[in-house]
Amino acid sequence: MKTGTWSEFILTRLIKIAGYSAVLFVILIFVFLLREGGPGVLEVPLTTLFSARWYPIEGFYGLLPLIGGTLLVTAGAALVAVPLGVATAVYIAEIAPRWAREVLKPLVEVLGGLPSVLLGFLGILIFAPLVRSVLDLPTGLTAFTGAVLLGAISIPTVVSVAEDALDSVPRTYRDAALALGATEWQTIWRVTVPAARSGILTGIMLGIGRAIGETMTVMMVTGNAPVLPKGLAALFHPTRTMTATIAAEMGEVANGSTHYHVLFLIGAVLFLISLAVNLAAAAVVFRQRKRAERILS
Amino acid sequence: MALPLSPINRALIVILMAAWGTRCAPSTTAGTPPTTTGAIIVNKGSDTMVNLALAWAEAYQEQRPDVQISVTGGGSGTGIAALINGTVDIANASRQMKADEIAEAEANGVRPVEFVVARDAIAIVVNPANPVSQLTIDRLSDIYSGLINNWAELGGEDRPIVRLSRETNSGTHVYFLEQVLRKGESADKTLFAPETLLLPSSEGISAEIRQNPNAIGYDGLGYVTEGMKVVAVGRIEGGPFVLPSAETVDSLAYPIARDLYMYTAGEPQGEVKAYLSWILGRRAQEIVSELGFVPALP
Repeated sequence: MKTGTWSEFILTRLIKIAGYSAVLFVILIFVFLLREGGPGVLEVPLTTLFSARWYPIEGFYGLLPLIGGTLLVTAGAALVAVPLGVATAVYIAEIAPRWAREVLKPLVEVLGGLPSVLLGFLGILIFAPLVRSVLDLPTGLTAFTGAVLLGAISIPTVVSVAEDALDSVPRTYRDAALALGATEWQTIWRVTVPAARSGILTGIMLGIGRAIGETMTVMMVTGNAPVLPKGLAALFHPTRTMTATIAAEMGEVANGSTHYHVLFLIGAVLFLISLAVNLAAAAVVFRQRKRAERILS
Repeated sequence: MALPLSPINRALIVILMAAWGTRCAPSTTAGTPPTTTGAIIVNKGSDTMVNLALAWAEAYQEQRPDVQISVTGGGSGTGIAALINGTVDIANASRQMKADEIAEAEANGVRPVEFVVARDAIAIVVNPANPVSQLTIDRLSDIYSGLINNWAELGGEDRPIVRLSRETNSGTHVYFLEQVLRKGESADKTLFAPETLLLPSSEGISAEIRQNPNAIGYDGLGYVTEGMKVVAVGRIEGGPFVLPSAETVDSLAYPIARDLYMYTAGEPQGEVKAYLSWILGRRAQEIVSELGFVPALP
């Protein structure tokens, strides 16, 4: 009896520590980024940081083209991954016969496990030339190329999480809808998908998070030209993301130099952007849950 | 010209292991200092030089199996940063160290010592379908700074110009900026056009050149492979326009050639010293020619 309560005491403490340690690590990482990147704000005038020219070896530290590049490529990736990912999840969970489901789900998850450098390699040798000749662009190394490949990388995340959410919608919801005379499409669109909304949104946000942080593929296929994107046409021009900048330049900087501090500052900005995406997702999910509870009670 | 190893290899740390079995064999080379078993030389930097440094390391280890040499790429800036931070024995650089880098090194207690170990031409490459076959330094500067945006202005087809460059941590990038865009004038503050594509590897440049008729790029002569057309370069309008080769670099006829360097922290000692004097010797300089570079010594 006594040993039982003791082990329970220890186990609950361990689980508690594990739970809080994730929060602690995130805070520590952010503190580290601020400590290394903070001096960048003091060393570089704000007017320079908010300028449109990034050329660090001559002291041009304009962050806007990099932030713009990341937002552009991520938005493009979301446009690819969200419709395709959600549609695939709906098909697998609601429509596909049993055997197709058993083949499709593992295959999609294999796609998620592909190393991104491999996709970048395919992108540079096959997809980029195709984009150039089909769309008649000056070069195939564009934000669009990166966005499509990033979309492909994010789709498995979206599908996997959204499909689990759809799967956990109780059978009775569908039966009730069909019994009331709804068609299969009406059942999916008006009942099952709304009921699984918070899970689907989580999948979308995780997918976008994956796209923001992806480095290798974008570095290989987007051309890395630090041009400030203006309008949608920028999607078909080369661009440079924050992640690719950090990866390409971190190796060259001397510890403690201005360039070093600015690269960490970019890291902190990247951290804040993904934090904002996650907070937005949490807020949406939270609001939806309250509404759903109101309706169902 | 020998087909170089793919620069993708720079991502791999290539450690050439000495054969343990022959460790005790006496050194046959006269004049080498006494062997210290298990000596490791860490060598890092310029991607242009990585194949050359690898070939040297392999050849040297055939003679001296007890010495391990680890060779990595990453770019000249990367190698120099590693030298400043004290993590390498020899930094490879395809450009000279800048004054602020030397100051930084000295602040860290490192006094860099420079060795010219080979010479290299920078080839200007375009797609084989591009009819333009010669350019002056002034035109190259106008192209890369964004003044010329269409091949028609240079006597080519009506196509937009896509400029390809190595990343800013590449010594080739810095050399090209100083000697071509700014034509060697230090007061000149011309910059690359922001639209210039900065590709992380030589392989990125050659893949794009091979399939894109709009593209122009530059890279070390050792990296020119099939499917790329080399453009002849002239100092002034009207020529002469010269193609890069060992002869034209040696005779100073080709205008965009540079020295390749190795840097050590302080005067080299022991095994590092022996390795560097071997590199400046006849056998190592033959390897330089075999790989499409130009020997440092005539």
